Amino acid sequence: MNLSTPKGLIILVVLMFGFGFALVPLYDVFCEITGLNGKTAGQYEGELTTKSNEKAREITMQFIVNKNDNLPWEFAPNQNQMTLALGEQKQTTYRVTNTYNTAAIAQAVPSVSPSAAAEYLHKIECFCFEQQPLDAGEHKDMPLVFFVDPELPESISKITLSYTLFDITNSTAPASDPHKVKKVGN
Amino acid sequence: MSEQTLTIDDHDHHDHGPAKGLLRWVFTTNHKDIGTLYLIFSLTMFFIGGMMAFVIRAELFQPGMQLVDPGFFNQMTTMHGLIMVFGAVMPGFVGLANWQIPLMVGAPDMALPRMNNWSFWILPFAFTMLLSTLFMGGGAPGFGWTFYAPLSTTYAPPSVTFFIFAIHMMGISSIMGAMNIIVTLFNMRAPGMGLMQMPMFAWSWLITAFLLVAVMPVLAAVVTMMLMDIHFATSFFSAAGGGDPVLFQHIFWFFGHPEVYIMILPAFGVVSEILPTFSRKKLFGYHSMVYALIAIALLSFVVWAHHMFTVGMPIGGQLFFMYATMLIAVPTGVKVFNWVATMFKGSLTFETPMLFAIAFVVLFTVGGFSGIMLAIAPVDFQYQDTYFVVAHFHYVLVPGAIFGIVAGVYYWLPKWCGKMYDESLGKMHFWLSFIGLNLTFFPMHFVGLAGMPRRVPDYALQFADFNMMASMGAFLFGTSQLIFVYLVIKAIRSGKEAAQVPWESAEGLEWTLPTPLPYHTFITPPVIEQK
Amino acid sequence: MQRFLHQFCIALAFLIPSSVYAAWELNMPRGVTDTSNTVYDLHMLILWICVGIGVVVFGVMFWSILYHRKSQGAKAAQFHESTTVEVIWTVIPFIILIGMAVPSTTVLIDMYDSSESDIDIQVTGYQWKWQYKYLNEEIDFFSTLTTPKEEIANEQVKNPNYLLEVDNELVVPINKKVRFLFTANDVIHAWWVPELAVKKDAIPGFINESWTRINEVGTYRGQCAELCGKDHGFMPIVVKAVTQEDYDIWVAEQKATALATAAAATQDWTMEDLVAKGETVYQKNCAGCHMVDGSGLPPAFPALNGNEVVLGDIEKHIDIMVNGVPGTAMAAYGKQLSAVDLAAVITYKRNTWDNKTGEVISPADVTAFMSK
Repeated sequence: MNLSTPKGLIILVVLMFGFGFALVPLYDVFCEITGLNGKTAGQYEGELTTKSNEKAREITMQFIVNKNDNLPWEFAPNQNQMTLALGEQKQTTYRVTNTYNTAAIAQAVPSVSPSAAAEYLHKIECFCFEQQPLDAGEHKDMPLVFFVDPELPESISKITLSYTLFDITNSTAPASDPHKVKKVGN
Repeated sequence: MSEQTLTIDDHDHHDHGPAKGLLRWVFTTNHKDIGTLYLIFSLTMFFIGGMMAFVIRAELFQPGMQLVDPGFFNQMTTMHGLIMVFGAVMPGFVGLANWQIPLMVGAPDMALPRMNNWSFWILPFAFTMLLSTLFMGGGAPGFGWTFYAPLSTTYAPPSVTFFIFAIHMMGISSIMGAMNIIVTLFNMRAPGMGLMQMPMFAWSWLITAFLLVAVMPVLAAVVTMMLMDIHFATSFFSAAGGGDPVLFQHIFWFFGHPEVYIMILPAFGVVSEILPTFSRKKLFGYHSMVYALIAIALLSFVVWAHHMFTVGMPIGGQLFFMYATMLIAVPTGVKVFNWVATMFKGSLTFETPMLFAIAFVVLFTVGGFSGIMLAIAPVDFQYQDTYFVVAHFHYVLVPGAIFGIVAGVYYWLPKWCGKMYDESLGKMHFWLSFIGLNLTFFPMHFVGLAGMPRRVPDYALQFADFNMMASMGAFLFGTSQLIFVYLVIKAIRSGKEAAQVPWESAEGLEWTLPTPLPYHTFITPPVIEQK
Repeated sequence: MQRFLHQFCIALAFLIPSSVYAAWELNMPRGVTDTSNTVYDLHMLILWICVGIGVVVFGVMFWSILYHRKSQGAKAAQFHESTTVEVIWTVIPFIILIGMAVPSTTVLIDMYDSSESDIDIQVTGYQWKWQYKYLNEEIDFFSTLTTPKEEIANEQVKNPNYLLEVDNELVVPINKKVRFLFTANDVIHAWWVPELAVKKDAIPGFINESWTRINEVGTYRGQCAELCGKDHGFMPIVVKAVTQEDYDIWVAEQKATALATAAAATQDWTMEDLVAKGETVYQKNCAGCHMVDGSGLPPAFPALNGNEVVLGDIEKHIDIMVNGVPGTAMAAYGKQLSAVDLAAVITYKRNTWDNKTGEVISPADVTAFMSK
């Protein structure tokens, strides 16, 4: 790539345009590896990890929801807060109600604070892994099964997990069965 | 710089001058014509952007909503920023580059003259499209020149699509222009002119051109992603589909930060040409000045997130970007010290170009100080998105970039058109601009520190007095620019004939040419002798 | 001459009203937390260092301007490079920067430590107001600008808290660590209170956190600090820091109010009472887009005066109010307004300006719709 010729420079231009787009997956990779921005990883595939011999430290988990204009349904945690030991598997549920008078499909997106805690929150089962179709007026209690890695830094003793509901009815390909559940990334 | 001898052999070649009639300007491939087109375009855009500033400052003259509604006010601030950045400052410097680069390196024209023509003519189309959004249903873009998602995607007016196309066109124009400059500077310097013998203005543009080629495509990528989010149901910037609004900011500022250096580096180059002439002393530290330019350009790629300190980055990220940003102060400081050392123990005179150049050094440095303050992340939480930031970037852009362009015009105009401008009018333009801009932007430091956010059409009462002062300064500054227009026209039409070297002790190939410059110059390259 | 003086004085008179309230503030406030004071001190330190550097550098330059002029016979020296000097003025600024970086780092690390909080409050930015939810207290309310439209439109004299006053203030106890969780309902907003030195972006779909511990009782005012649309300048923040005793009283009051609001929804309301209440709700929440006279700003904000939904299908009208209109700027007010407020504003719109339906929509009607 001879940068003193037009051809060389055009190649650089095309490469940089591609770099702009490459920043998108790069950003996700960076966030997943480091847990930056409070993005949690996908479904946890490993074993429960515990530190042997020691009584595991206890922390507080808070469960909240973020409202979003995009899907202003009734959505709330059934439990606001819990105390748990690191490494201990716990579960809780969130209740969602479709307040529209049409069926729709929702996607829950998680966010964790402090963001440094995100990579230590392991979700074994989460309603955020799947699209959630609901009929008009229907309500559901959606499960979350998780544990917090014992490697969680000492400085963190309270973790807040939040979900935002988004309307993806129009973004999904028309399915023959509206109750067909699809697996999604996060 | 080494001594030069040259042979000029303009006579026995084609003696035709420019084509006749208006179509000359449409089809020209001559770097001087294209330079003129860019400069006139830039001046026009400066006044259009300036009128938007008038609307803004008129509304902010007193608390309360007097003139416009908040939605239109946001359109004014957005368009003011876009027009000034992409329509006034950047084309202004490209205009100076077109005129001066071939002359300074002994080349007959730019390397790719027809692409040069296209680079210019894209701009009037792009800006007509952008300005027409003011008349579209839903109004012009009102999401700030930084157009963060989702305000600029999900919540944008229909005109956003035209905004995106306009940005694409401006980007293509800039990229083509930058390519032209790089190829010219690498391949068409007169024999004997090594890179380290190039004038500083040429160096500043070589580096700026690389920055442009590197980051304008990233801007193109981010607005394409916006387009896809808006029209093709992708979710780059929407959490709904697994995207992230903060991703927008990272990609935008990856372009955005080098962009602000794109807007200032050529001004550094102009000042490095002017100060030695009017100090009658060579530029101090030529090599350091070149290395400083390179260091600034390289560092500019790794500081972008200092525009995002309040976005919730983890502390490691905040610290990295804070340190890297503070580091840029070092090479920038080196340049300021070298300029002062150029003046020190010189033999100074204060013609208009020198006044603008001196004001640049002082006031750009003031902007640099507020920049250092902004770099300190924990304190930036109090400055971010306030008028303190507005003060900072207007100091580096107005007495920075704009003064750089104006200084260059005053300095080289006599050579371009063979006529001297009226020196008293020039000085009047300078002093009124200097007073006006300081009256406008200095109080903004205060209201920003006192708590006034930016991009607001109305404000709490404790900000009233300084806002009134700023508005009065703005009206003074804006109207003073009419003096410049009058002065340029008067010079071209009826100015006194300029000497071949109008400025005592000006050095550089351009001054060895006849005044006014012939339509074609350096048809045969000059021979540069090393001493 | 006299006529000119007369006109000049009238012009001057325009300058006076705002001057009455102007404070000529030059600097950032010290604030009322340990963090805000540390931030202020760091700000002043950097400022003075910059002033010092400026004095030296500009001093040299102004010296040259005065004493190295050609007009005074100065002859130019010949030096134009010196590696020693370049090294010196690279290294010294570098050292100064390290001097600045050290305290900056410690302050930042401290600001990032929001652990061990006493109270957690979720703050949600909306176009164009804030919602505060006290986790663990069941307190949840909206905080909207209350500056009268007449003051903004220059029809009334502006009060001292112009643009910085809200209906429901964020009440917190002093000397307790308050942790904020920020998010947004629509676009990016930013929550900023200068006297607490807290500013954080509120990003839709994500949570950010920050914290504060307020040392002094008082009322602290801030504004949204990220362009968020039309009324970005009209969504202030008011934090009222009180003693622990007063805070406990306030918490009890909030819970009582919540119960009262729920109870009010089951009572009977007359047309006059609903319309009167509805007008207040309309001014605060709707007039910004749909205008005080219901004429709107079409096409983005439809006119409500003579509007076919307002004059027609009651169920559809309630639906739009509760669920908003997806894909437009019309938010879902079902989550923001109580059943009483919703019923009142619907009844108001249907019985004001040229709309004369004579219909009364009761809070019970709204509750019934919402529980379907």
